[in-house]
Amino acid sequence: MSARLGQVWAVARHETPRNLLRGRALPLYLLAALPLIVVGVLQVVRLFVTAADEMDTAEGAAMVYALVYQFILRFVLYAGCVWIFMNLIRGEVLDRSLHYYFLTPIRREVLVIGKFVAGWLGATLLFTASTVGSMFLLHAHLGIDGVRHLLVGPGSAQLWSYVAITLLACVGYGAVLLSIGLLLRNLIVPALLFWALEWANPYLPALLKKVSVVFYLNSLLPLRIDEGLFALVADPVSPWLAVPGLFVFAALALAAAGWRIRRMEIAYGDE
Amino acid sequence: MTDPGRSIVFDGVSKFYGEVLGVNRVTLAIPPGITSLVGPNGSGKTTLMNLVTGLLQPTEGTIRVLGIPTDDPERLFHNVGYCTQVDAFPKGLTGAEFVRFYLLAQGRARDEANRLAERAIERVGLTEAARRRVAGYSKGMRQRIRLAQAIVHDPTVLILDEPLNGLDPMARAEMIHLFQSLAGGGRHIVISSHILHEVDLISDHVILLNEGYVVAEGSIRGVRGEMEQHPLQILIRCDRPSALAARVFEMDSVVEARIVDGGGLLVRTRNADRFFLRLNRVVLDSGLAIEAITPADEDVHAVYQYLIGGTLRDQNA
Repeated sequence: MSARLGQVWAVARHETPRNLLRGRALPLYLLAALPLIVVGVLQVVRLFVTAADEMDTAEGAAMVYALVYQFILRFVLYAGCVWIFMNLIRGEVLDRSLHYYFLTPIRREVLVIGKFVAGWLGATLLFTASTVGSMFLLHAHLGIDGVRHLLVGPGSAQLWSYVAITLLACVGYGAVLLSIGLLLRNLIVPALLFWALEWANPYLPALLKKVSVVFYLNSLLPLRIDEGLFALVADPVSPWLAVPGLFVFAALALAAAGWRIRRMEIAYGDE
Repeated sequence: MTDPGRSIVFDGVSKFYGEVLGVNRVTLAIPPGITSLVGPNGSGKTTLMNLVTGLLQPTEGTIRVLGIPTDDPERLFHNVGYCTQVDAFPKGLTGAEFVRFYLLAQGRARDEANRLAERAIERVGLTEAARRRVAGYSKGMRQRIRLAQAIVHDPTVLILDEPLNGLDPMARAEMIHLFQSLAGGGRHIVISSHILHEVDLISDHVILLNEGYVVAEGSIRGVRGEMEQHPLQILIRCDRPSALAARVFEMDSVVEARIVDGGGLLVRTRNADRFFLRLNRVVLDSGLAIEAITPADEDVHAVYQYLIGGTLRDQNA
């Protein structure tokens, strides 16, 4: 067992820098910078528009950040995970280099998990930095009080919650998107479809809500936001169920990916 | 009988790509030594190699490499190295990183992986370029770094798909020397190549493929010997070819004798053993000075022409 973990770690160590340091990673950095840009714009607006003065208190800023985080969760994180996780295997097929991995003496399922861990590390590193950075930037005008609020005050629990949700979102979205990348030939349509389902989650029946990532993540949010008039109310899941539920969801997706890669053949098309 | 635990065994293997035939009903056992796969483009050479290494799954039949099924990469690739002809690499890696990854993924320590990678890279003569990115390599260098990756873990079975492509004559000679040195000690080297005279130089066995079928397999001499419909050609260089021609015409095993430029006699015979016995007697009786006796068509090229037709170079052009 420890040998397999060693192999997972070897693959992850090899792949993580490749995911983050190649030219292909540029869109990821732009995505990670988006929340900072959005919050920067909000800060500029706050200077000139009196209606935006609710950010002047820590509580008000927390409410604004709850909205900003919805943007991070539903757009930035999802798009970032699409870019990273769909390319983990499919990118190697496009580069015609997947066979090198298949020729190593490791089980293909281990390769999938190693690649997943590499993708998760990369996504986590970028988007946790983006989450934390944007939260601090939103509290920047509060000066040292804002920093204290986030580090040792009531805002600390919120900060850690958002970090945890970011980590879990990378697990959930990563596993689903990695499987889509392996199971289906056309990636864009299923990725958009899954994204649409995530957006439509508040309006789905209770049973369908559970077949999503955002349902479990919403249950962990420190501040709930109003989901609109037409939202179908479902009982929120306790964190004790939401976190294991998300992991089970991710494990099922990875199991499907492992099943697929075991049967995969190398045919780059022009041989 | 060949020991299946020491051979690459195909048992009724067929591979279809949808409706298209890859290889059909292949049953053979490849013993240790250098085995060459020879055949025109699309004959099934690469398919056979991809099947051995598990990159393709057979539609029918089973393949075992040293007794290991090909769907068990964990055991298989401790024993097998494969240098494909796919000229592409994982992006952003240096030559050393590319070779080393194979070992790190096995769970080997970084120091050991570095040492083995350096040794393999040295064997293919790329030490100076090892720290450069593969993307900047020439075609020959890329070929050699792939070979380094295939041999880095000292495999018992080495599969090489057109390994001499893109190499200059000097590098080809070095690689052939390397293959010959690797083939010692009971290793299997399976090579596909369309450079037939080089195949001829190094191969212990050949497998001839055409349109997905194994047309012939065995040692070159053995395969050639079984082709009774094509009499063996023997070139005899001597001081009096006309006198020799007159004597060999009397032999019933000789089909044709023709004087060729440069003082030689080309003889075609259906029974080489009998011919050589009689030739000894003729030489002793007539006092001819024989300079050389060489089979003129006992090579892969001739076997290929007789069995498949045309020349491989034409078909690969």
